[in-house]
Amino acid sequence: MKTNAVNMTEKEYLLPGNRTCPGCALSLAYRHILKALEGRVIVTVPASCLTVLHGMYPVTSVNVPCVNTPFPSTAASATGLVAGLKALGKEGVTVLAIAGDGGTHDIGIQALSAAAERQNDFLYICYDNEGYMNTGNQRSGSTPLGAISGTTPILGKQQNQKDITAIMEAHGIPYVATANASYPLDLYEKVRKAKTIRGTRFIHVFTPCSPGWAFPFSNTIKIGKLAVETGWVILYEVEDGIFRLTSASESIAKRDNLRPLREYLMEQGRFKNITEEQINELQGWVNTRWKRCLDRAVNL
Amino acid sequence: MGTRDCQHICGESSPAVGEAGKTGEWRDSFPVIDQEKCLPVRQNKPSCFLCWLYCPDAVISRTIPIKINMEYCKGCGICAQVCPAHAITMVHEEEFCPNGTD
Amino acid sequence: MIFVSKKIAKKASGWILDGNHAAAQGIKLSRVQVIAAYPITPQSPVTETLSEFVERGELDAEYIAVESEHSALAVCTSASIVGARTFTATSAHGLAYMHEMLHWAAGSRLPVVLVCVNRAMGAPWNVLNDQQDSISQRDTGWIQIYTRNNQEIIDSIIQAYKIAESVYVPVMVCYDGYVLSHTEMPVDVPAQKDVDRFLPPYRPHTILDPANPKNYNLVTLANPRVNAEGVLCHGYMELRYLLQEALQNSRETIIRVGQEFGELFGRSYANMFWENRLDDADVVIVAMGSLAMEAIVAADMLREAGHKVGVLGLRVFRPFPKADVIKALKKSRLVVVFDKNISYGLEGATCSEIKSALYGSSVSAVVRNFIVGLGGRDVKARELVDAVNKSLLSVKEGDLNKEYPEWICDI
Repeated sequence: MKTNAVNMTEKEYLLPGNRTCPGCALSLAYRHILKALEGRVIVTVPASCLTVLHGMYPVTSVNVPCVNTPFPSTAASATGLVAGLKALGKEGVTVLAIAGDGGTHDIGIQALSAAAERQNDFLYICYDNEGYMNTGNQRSGSTPLGAISGTTPILGKQQNQKDITAIMEAHGIPYVATANASYPLDLYEKVRKAKTIRGTRFIHVFTPCSPGWAFPFSNTIKIGKLAVETGWVILYEVEDGIFRLTSASESIAKRDNLRPLREYLMEQGRFKNITEEQINELQGWVNTRWKRCLDRAVNL
Repeated sequence: MGTRDCQHICGESSPAVGEAGKTGEWRDSFPVIDQEKCLPVRQNKPSCFLCWLYCPDAVISRTIPIKINMEYCKGCGICAQVCPAHAITMVHEEEFCPNGTD
Repeated sequence: MIFVSKKIAKKASGWILDGNHAAAQGIKLSRVQVIAAYPITPQSPVTETLSEFVERGELDAEYIAVESEHSALAVCTSASIVGARTFTATSAHGLAYMHEMLHWAAGSRLPVVLVCVNRAMGAPWNVLNDQQDSISQRDTGWIQIYTRNNQEIIDSIIQAYKIAESVYVPVMVCYDGYVLSHTEMPVDVPAQKDVDRFLPPYRPHTILDPANPKNYNLVTLANPRVNAEGVLCHGYMELRYLLQEALQNSRETIIRVGQEFGELFGRSYANMFWENRLDDADVVIVAMGSLAMEAIVAADMLREAGHKVGVLGLRVFRPFPKADVIKALKKSRLVVVFDKNISYGLEGATCSEIKSALYGSSVSAVVRNFIVGLGGRDVKARELVDAVNKSLLSVKEGDLNKEYPEWICDI
């Protein structure tokens, strides 16, 4: 039976009254990630908005065990947790490393790449809000072309983001997937699947950020959906090399009704200074990647 | 009296609701539910529950009728946006309770 | 030594081991469960030997060949917090790269043991010995133990686990690159059953367990904060106080563990430093690591010339044994400190600590500082003798306060 809002686990591991901003996509995504792991998890978190969500000593708003680790070391910390549990003969616990795009694309990529090459047995989730939002919105390796940030304040970023999921796929790990907080059931299913696979597993979760991207917080879900409907985010999974489109991306592909990227960009204040040239460049980037995904998908 | 009573030698935290305090106090808008429109109420069986699914703060119950924990609801308005029956409306706090009380 | 380990000579009387192999034997005997390390000269043979132990099944441990020293210590801290005994080894730039994690391990109060094979820091590149690397990490909250020979390396590592797991402070065991790491000498390797009697299994103070979900190292406020039950818990400062308190109090544990070790193995370490003829000495040479052995040779020569010279070989640099130092130096009128490190713009770190210990005490000795042996520069006993003679002469001439250290080099 497919999971839906009626039959999904009721138990919550993310407790009400946490420190995230209203309408936080990370909070929503994390809530479903933890539900999918059913509490049998040990989490490691670097400096990030998720640290804020976890709360301040001596209270945490998350009902699973967690260790905070310095910014560059998320995947190494996960490796240590796995090694320690194995050395002690403790089984049946998923080790979850979860970091933002700064902690993944930028400062954490060395440790992550090495852990993936070693095939260390943990689930790594990158929640991507396309910038250093916890420090007040500076550009990261995931900030898109044309986006205004604290360190691209006037002209907007002059380079496009790197494709972290493709980079992780190139490590030959058994499972990579993309997900989006606006599609919690798809995210939930992917985490549940990843839980059963051994080796390094990577899920990229798109998490729109209302204060950082300058849109009203009630629009969080709408922005996430527009990202998929315009192809900025493509929902897919690659399991042992087999590429499948999932959820809304699968139906968009089948109906062939990708919307223009402009509709997504224009909803966000961070793109207020974007040029026509940049929009065209981004649209070209989306088109190329979309075509590549259509070519690879086995389920169309 | 000092802090040794907690017996921690490193930063060890325990889970509790309301770590950031009563986050309902952050709210400037208030979700008002029209139970007549809510699908599970109309059908009198578990269905839809998209508001429960999409709530970033886990403050909506998956019950008939649904209940929102106003102590912690931050008033983001996502529930109102995702409700297919338009059963939830966000009302400005001052309009709803002019004296500034619930 | 890529595929096959060097044949280790084992004689009836004992083993002939270089420092790195002695360290590896100490780790194996300590039944370490998780090892993570990154190769760096001159530490690499430690990690190669441990890999070999693990691959041969002689050591039941997880060996993680990480991509950096930062990750090595991140693996160790996280493995430690789920309850495993952990080890890493490094040198120089590797230790510097670990800097952030050194603070993190101590702040988390995790009893990781790290071997630092002392090597000079760049730039320029230099792979040879001095102690700038570990001295640069003295303020990270780790216990630091320095060793004079390969026997002390193996013994100190075994003791390090017992100390670390008693006081919940990580321990760094330091030994001089090449001078010890690549120099063979006879070593008594304790029997596993005796080490097992000495060193009980690791009992963590905290543990990550889904059955009792706790979060560690969350953001901590400046002021104390109550938990959900209303108990007042620490602020950031109180947690830092506890780390300082743990280091202050660790002296007692270090001495007790050293004494217990002596009772079981016949080599006592019930000391914070090694004393050589301090009883009647009015001139004391202070040195740390293998240099403390060279200092004994220099003291012999100076005694032959009629001077009452003793040697204080610092074993434990953190916690710094202030009270013990005052007691040991009470008869001295001249203290000559040799440092294989320098705090640029001031003087050698050991010298500063000695001066700081003596301040306000009844000891009014003149303290002289010589910077020696940086980047593997050979230190001869004769040079130490000359330095002491030079100091004696200048003191006699009334030159009591030198602002900066003297260097034994050819500038």
